[in-house]
Amino acid sequence: MTLKKFAVTFALGSAVLLSASATRSTAQSHVNSPDPLLGTPSVATETSQINGITGHAEGGKMLYRRFCIGCHGPDGNGQGMNAQWIDPQPRDFTEATFKCRSTPTGTLPLDQDLYDAITRGFVDTNMPSWRPLNPQQRADLVAFIKTWSPRFAKEKPGTPLTIPQETPITIESILHGRELYQKLECWKCHGPEGHADGPSAATLTDSKGNPIKPFNFSTGERFMCGQTNRDLYRIFMTGLDGSPMPSFADVIQPNDAWDLVHFLRTLQVGLPNQELTLWQSYKAAHGKDLKPIGPDSAGGAQ
Amino acid sequence: MSKKFREGANPMNMNWSRWKTMLTCAFLLIAIAVCDVRTASALPSGKMIAIPAFARKYGLPCSACHTAWPELNNFGQVFRDNGYQLMNDRDSPIWQNPSYFPISFRITPSWHRETANNQVFDGAGGPATATGAVTQAGFDLSGMDLWSAGTLYKNISFVLLPSSDPTAVWHFESAFIRFDNLHGSSWLNIKFGRFELDNLISEKRFLFLSNNGGIYQIYHFDNPCGAAPCNNFGYGDNQIGVELAGHSANSYTRYSVSFLSSNEGGVNFTTDVVPGAPPAGRSYDVNLAFSQAFNAPGPPGESGFGQERVGAFAYIGHRPTAYQTLDGSPLVGIDNKPFYRIGVAGDLSYKNLELMPLFMYGHDNPYLGITPGIASTQPTLPPGAQAPTFYGGFLEAHYYFNPQNVALARFEQISVGQQAFSNIGNGSSSNGNITAYSFGYRWYPIMFSRAGVALDWEYSRVRTIGQEPLSGDGDGVIASPFAATWSSSIYFGIDFDF
Repeated sequence: MTLKKFAVTFALGSAVLLSASATRSTAQSHVNSPDPLLGTPSVATETSQINGITGHAEGGKMLYRRFCIGCHGPDGNGQGMNAQWIDPQPRDFTEATFKCRSTPTGTLPLDQDLYDAITRGFVDTNMPSWRPLNPQQRADLVAFIKTWSPRFAKEKPGTPLTIPQETPITIESILHGRELYQKLECWKCHGPEGHADGPSAATLTDSKGNPIKPFNFSTGERFMCGQTNRDLYRIFMTGLDGSPMPSFADVIQPNDAWDLVHFLRTLQVGLPNQELTLWQSYKAAHGKDLKPIGPDSAGGAQ
Repeated sequence: MSKKFREGANPMNMNWSRWKTMLTCAFLLIAIAVCDVRTASALPSGKMIAIPAFARKYGLPCSACHTAWPELNNFGQVFRDNGYQLMNDRDSPIWQNPSYFPISFRITPSWHRETANNQVFDGAGGPATATGAVTQAGFDLSGMDLWSAGTLYKNISFVLLPSSDPTAVWHFESAFIRFDNLHGSSWLNIKFGRFELDNLISEKRFLFLSNNGGIYQIYHFDNPCGAAPCNNFGYGDNQIGVELAGHSANSYTRYSVSFLSSNEGGVNFTTDVVPGAPPAGRSYDVNLAFSQAFNAPGPPGESGFGQERVGAFAYIGHRPTAYQTLDGSPLVGIDNKPFYRIGVAGDLSYKNLELMPLFMYGHDNPYLGITPGIASTQPTLPPGAQAPTFYGGFLEAHYYFNPQNVALARFEQISVGQQAFSNIGNGSSSNGNITAYSFGYRWYPIMFSRAGVALDWEYSRVRTIGQEPLSGDGDGVIASPFAATWSSSIYFGIDFDF
């Protein structure tokens, strides 16, 4: 082949490639185009705002198709081709119900909440951490996920929970938290020792009627929505929407909530922590004085 | 079906991209018609890697880890760097349903046409009296990969890859165990066994399959030195040894240091993975690789351009120039002489366009430019011998119409810097130079979390001066050492992976 022939071939090939891509670029600006990658007008306009990054739903659409569609499905309803083999089931985005939020129960999450969930993944589920995607890509995905439910177009996210300064970790705080664990009947699902073996554990279902297990504190696993004390505080103050875990924001005061956090940490025997160390020392000296948690301890566990 | 994914959401739906596929086919047909297609023969296609066993394990589509399988995207790179773990507490083998099948098959039935000109063959005047083009065409099979990979325990991963050529002659393409995240740090991982070098642009994971397009010429180039290759090193070949590697949490920063036997990945103290190879020496090679990725911001109001990665590598090796012998038969390679390859590479994104440039420089000791014998003492350098050098590289482009359709193109150029002998190739400084062009299109109608199928169209053409192209077919004997030899491939394959 002569150089001239090659040049002709290259030019023709380049023209075809460029025309194909140019056609697609042009089509992107027309929502009624038959191109299946085109979205609805809401897809074209939905955005997300995360730490100064603006996510674009149109950019997220291709990413959704590449990374998410297998589980969450082409309709965003959690019925992807892999859903039947996955436990727990993938999130149904059309319901706009999200477990990990910083906003009150029943309200829409912040963009940041969705971004954090994508970044963190969900331990003990099939949802991995998508941190390998760059921040812009994750922001684009957030924008696209919001297009699955009309709620995001009609409602604003809830006011994020204000988390006060953590109270000191003391044995009194832990003991009070233990009382609350009994009083608020956390043990009915999570079990007296946090082993997820409470009397109600086997009967729990999520909002879709699928069986769901309470969190087992004793394994020392990360929490689904984070791993710090602030994350734990947020989890039971906002609740995990779509699951049986309610919000306790209207039930306990912030200081009480921190006491409960400190006690819950003592249940994480598989994860060495300051609260556990303090509690084990106390139990060694006063264990016999503690009332067991459970149905026989009505009126207080201490 | 969703309005947002009216047709394309279903990977089985073949309608939506038909017009693009037709355009690309038209492009290939034009290319075929315009180019000078005259002759051909057949060789096995390149080995490549994609592991649906992982997709089955984690319930993710191929596209989660691959830009277009088998090429990894950054999510797949992080998964691989983490020792085939997603780090979501479902990595352990005990998570798997007993029916989980941890093995992947890959093979590609194909039709292809191979051509090489400037060839010698028998003619009316007797043996080897005719010259011209040799062409072969027909249906064929690629080699086969039988992959098993995964975790033996948390942070202990493995790969076992028996691989065959199309005639079912098997060897171990890869076999290693990897200790991941030592001391809880992603910066400390140790791999032990036979593996691909930590190439930023992987030849084992690239998208070309044809004879001429199916290799990076520069990954296998050695300066012409006579009748046979003098230094058998190929940067794209799997090597055997131990590798220390590390990466940041998102694998944006990566490094590796490999300590390898100087035997081209050979086994049984020989220089190959199949029986009958010459014995290896006792020296060692080192490969160093580093890369850094960053996010390129886009224009105001738009998402960013994507991830950009740049990196550098250096391979310092030795090869024997003589052998300890018994009755004239070589036992162990001795009198090792050094060589090195250094280079830079990139993986750059501009939205749906991916560009992969690479530049490499190679330098051999003058003794490695002498046709190897089996002398028991180091040979004397003949007059005119000098250190062989070369330089060159390629630019490969992928355009992703979507995760299921990708158009490919590559241009590659290698120039000999200094000939092994001042008089080789009649003293022409261009002796051995290679120019290669490849175009292709891959369409993935099936991209489930269970299996993958890709239709692969390619046209590739390689020009070598005074030498048989590395990838070339024909009879292996060039008619004129001063003329350019062209070798071309037209290829269609159905690449499937289960």
